[in-house]
Amino acid sequence: MTRQTAASDIRHPGLNLGEPHKEAHTANEELAFGFWVFMMSDLIVFGLLFATYATMLGGTAGGPGPSDVLELKGPFIETMLLLASSFTFGMASLALKYEQGKLRLIGWLLITLLLGLGFIAHELMDFQSMFSKGGVPSRSGFLSAFFSLVPLHGLHVTAACLWMLAILGQMAVYGVDTSVKTGLMRLAILWHFLDIVWIGIFSVVYLGGLSG
Amino acid sequence: MTLFGAPLLGRMTLDALPFRDMVQHPTRENIVNGLIASGAALMVILAAITVLGLITWYGKWKTLWCDWLTSVDHKKIGIMFIVIALAMLARALVEAFFMRAQQAVGLDGGFLSPEHYGQLFTTHGTIMIFFMAMPFLTGIINYVMPMQIGARDVSFPVMNSISLGLTAAGAALAMISLVLAPFSTGGWTGYPPFTELAANPGPGVDYWLWAITLSTLSSTMTGINFAVTLYKKRAPGMGLMRMPLFCWTALCTSILMIFGMPPLTVATGLLALDRYLDFHMFTADLGGNMMNYINLFWAFGHPEVYILILPAFGIYSEIFSTFSGKRLYGYTALVIATMAIAVLSFTVWLHHFFTMGQSAHINAVFGIATMLIGIPTGVKIYDWMLTMYRGRVRLTVPMLYACGFLILFSIGGLSGIILATPSIDYQIHNSLFLVAHFHNMLIPGLLFGMLAGYTYWFPKAFGFQLAPRWGYRAAWSWIIGFMLAFFPLYALGLLGMPRRALSFFNPTYLPWTISALLGAVLILFAFFGLIMQLWQSIKQRASLAVPIGDPWDGRSLEWAMPSPPPEYNFPVLPSINSHDAFARQKGSGQHYETPEYYEDIVLPANTAMGAALGGAGFLMAFGLTWHMWWLVILGAVAVLVSLVGRGFVRQTTRTIPAAVVENQHRAWMNAVLETTPITRADEQTPANQGLPVSPREGAVQ
Amino acid sequence: MTTRQTTGNEASPEDRAQAQRREFRSYVIGGVLALILTLIPFALVAFTHLPAIATWIVIGECAIIQVVVHFRFFLHITLARNTREDLQLILFTFLILLIMVGGTLWILFNLYYRMMPDMVP
Repeated sequence: MTRQTAASDIRHPGLNLGEPHKEAHTANEELAFGFWVFMMSDLIVFGLLFATYATMLGGTAGGPGPSDVLELKGPFIETMLLLASSFTFGMASLALKYEQGKLRLIGWLLITLLLGLGFIAHELMDFQSMFSKGGVPSRSGFLSAFFSLVPLHGLHVTAACLWMLAILGQMAVYGVDTSVKTGLMRLAILWHFLDIVWIGIFSVVYLGGLSG
Repeated sequence: MTLFGAPLLGRMTLDALPFRDMVQHPTRENIVNGLIASGAALMVILAAITVLGLITWYGKWKTLWCDWLTSVDHKKIGIMFIVIALAMLARALVEAFFMRAQQAVGLDGGFLSPEHYGQLFTTHGTIMIFFMAMPFLTGIINYVMPMQIGARDVSFPVMNSISLGLTAAGAALAMISLVLAPFSTGGWTGYPPFTELAANPGPGVDYWLWAITLSTLSSTMTGINFAVTLYKKRAPGMGLMRMPLFCWTALCTSILMIFGMPPLTVATGLLALDRYLDFHMFTADLGGNMMNYINLFWAFGHPEVYILILPAFGIYSEIFSTFSGKRLYGYTALVIATMAIAVLSFTVWLHHFFTMGQSAHINAVFGIATMLIGIPTGVKIYDWMLTMYRGRVRLTVPMLYACGFLILFSIGGLSGIILATPSIDYQIHNSLFLVAHFHNMLIPGLLFGMLAGYTYWFPKAFGFQLAPRWGYRAAWSWIIGFMLAFFPLYALGLLGMPRRALSFFNPTYLPWTISALLGAVLILFAFFGLIMQLWQSIKQRASLAVPIGDPWDGRSLEWAMPSPPPEYNFPVLPSINSHDAFARQKGSGQHYETPEYYEDIVLPANTAMGAALGGAGFLMAFGLTWHMWWLVILGAVAVLVSLVGRGFVRQTTRTIPAAVVENQHRAWMNAVLETTPITRADEQTPANQGLPVSPREGAVQ
Repeated sequence: MTTRQTTGNEASPEDRAQAQRREFRSYVIGGVLALILTLIPFALVAFTHLPAIATWIVIGECAIIQVVVHFRFFLHITLARNTREDLQLILFTFLILLIMVGGTLWILFNLYYRMMPDMVP
């Protein structure tokens, strides 16, 4: 095998920090790979919940169906928020990788965090409006399936936001050290992964349900 | 007593005490069952007090905490996993004995109440799968695999410790359900709607739910950990196709854990939503679909049986090869067969519910897929037999288990092919034929393998052999006891006796159920044999010592170090250029070489994360079971604080100076020089110090 | 394979600046593509009245392409750059997903048509 040049020294899936961050780059080989494995395991959870949701579409038990409780505007705003946050996290990753300064890194991270929190808040408002229309999980199998799939994604986003706060706290104490770098790289994978799951949710649950 | 308006003890009342019924309604049945249940609860309490008392008496609390509970050494974590497995095995075996006893006198009655009997088969199944088999195989892989691939530890040692903590928490939950009863009566599969709130409002199902949730989390982490270790931490030159076969099976098992556990997480998670938040995923009304639970459960359940059996296949491969003094026959075929089994295991789950009501062509597809698994498994059986062919076979205790496995497992496999035919399955599903079949796979396939591995690697872990006399007695009792206990169940199933039956009215069954009870007694004796073996071996540990570390003339790297191994495993990471690395080194006289120089070794530092998360997990699970919400919140806060707090820890490693490593290694090398090598004929005698004669001096290769 | 020696020849600052521009462009392209692929199905559902089947096909195609876009431009997974276990892992996951999700839908909808007509949506 020919020796790879440093610039294309890819050690794990996703964005690689590269040689200038030698310690974090080396540590990431196992950490990022392990986190990817976990993400793939989590993807199976979501996949099965999607399958379950599809098989429960008929279980409305005379209660409201998708077109009765779902709206288009809410999920559209949430989609935009999440897509924007994926992009801003990408900017944060680049700020980290190319050492564009701590302020810039923190700035992008805070914007991402705000977008994430906005997503959660907006999703909660959506649920509230569903509740007011009688769309509660105890009403039918279909609504149970909805509330086992969509809020689980929301919980993941909440966990990701908490994780980001924890990393920001670490940055305040230790600066951008190896642990912070490897943590951010993994959080980035989680964040982009959650956006991919959301594509499934808005396509299958909202768009699919409202175009029937 | 209340806390913030909610009762302090949740829904726990005096009814949770196992003798409550007996005192309030002293009928004959209640007294018998109350005495049995209270006896079990007393055993748990006495055992706990004895263990705690002994630790205090010998002043070992500090040792326990510093050297074991907070340790992240894969070897110690492995041993602790196996200790959990053996303790849980004892309980589940006693439960099996009570079930067999009930059926032996079950003609028109018996002595157990339906409720009690239901708890017995539920805990027996749940414990055997999640708290005996899983910790046992996790423990053995943990102990052996890093050494076999030439690594100092697993990829994520702290996560390894957390896995242990969560498994321990789940096992503790299963144990405490004996004292604060009841446990679920829904079987280890927990099918709704029986396990839904409408039919089962009590805490039993919740105990089961949270115990297996803890176990699932633990196994998912373990799977990720092992897979990453096997991919990323192999010694230089240790290509995938140079790994010992046990590592291959460990890899396939890990992959099955990673992808097989999520369906169970989904199934039990949704059942929990049904029970706690009034969802209707699997209820019988309001659009729930209980069939999806069965579908999800077995999408986990079938990969799970291969999670259980593949590591045992790996252990057998090591044992057949070592005790035949030969290279493993058909290594490549065995690797391919293992991978084929791993992938195929995801395509057969419907054979657990052929009778659900889907159309015949779906049944045919899954039936054929099921039979296909027989092909790679058959390849393995032949490969193992051909490994023994023309080898110099030593019938040691592990080899006895392996030979018993070879024959019994083939019989069980054939009964599996019978069950895989949908039209036959319609006749015998849910009968004792099925119970006979899966015990026939799991006892020889899993348990014999684990016990063989325990006997095989025990001298590596503790520095002395297990005395063979009681080992042979135990092994023979396991084999004969198994046949006596489970072959009659095939007949009973064909005669029409359903599984989980409390009593029956057909006297034809009686001879068979009595035979099964005799088998169960013999199996109990086998377990007693294991205890005797351990006890006697500890007493005679001086004469059984094998400090040099290679008692069986082993072939893989774990035998290339002293027994017990130093915490860093390898003073210098080995460089590998073939499979059977240690055997190759011995063949060319390059074993036991002093390295040119020693280096400082960096190891992960101890951490209380495993204990903290295990404890918090237990509190949450216990609180959820009994609706003690303050305890749940407390546990959740503890989890959050531990995880966030851990992120702020920067001192995560410690260093062993090169001088210490050099001293230890040189002392061992001197011992090697001073020890008299033995031939294989003396393998199980006190002459064995763990140094076999070099193959060039006349041993048969 | 496992303990790869770190290369001595570090990338020059020019190389790095170039890589930075390339990766920045990757995020921008990804963001724009994802935005378009989101807007198409939303617009379709909000403003048109195509037959349901046709709408579903467009939604499904846009979703699949968008997933690929996210993998390619945000997560930097490509067929060329990730040659080792990483890509095998992802492909194996999709195989398992296909088996489990496809199997579940196949089994349960077949069951519905035969035994539980109420559950057919």
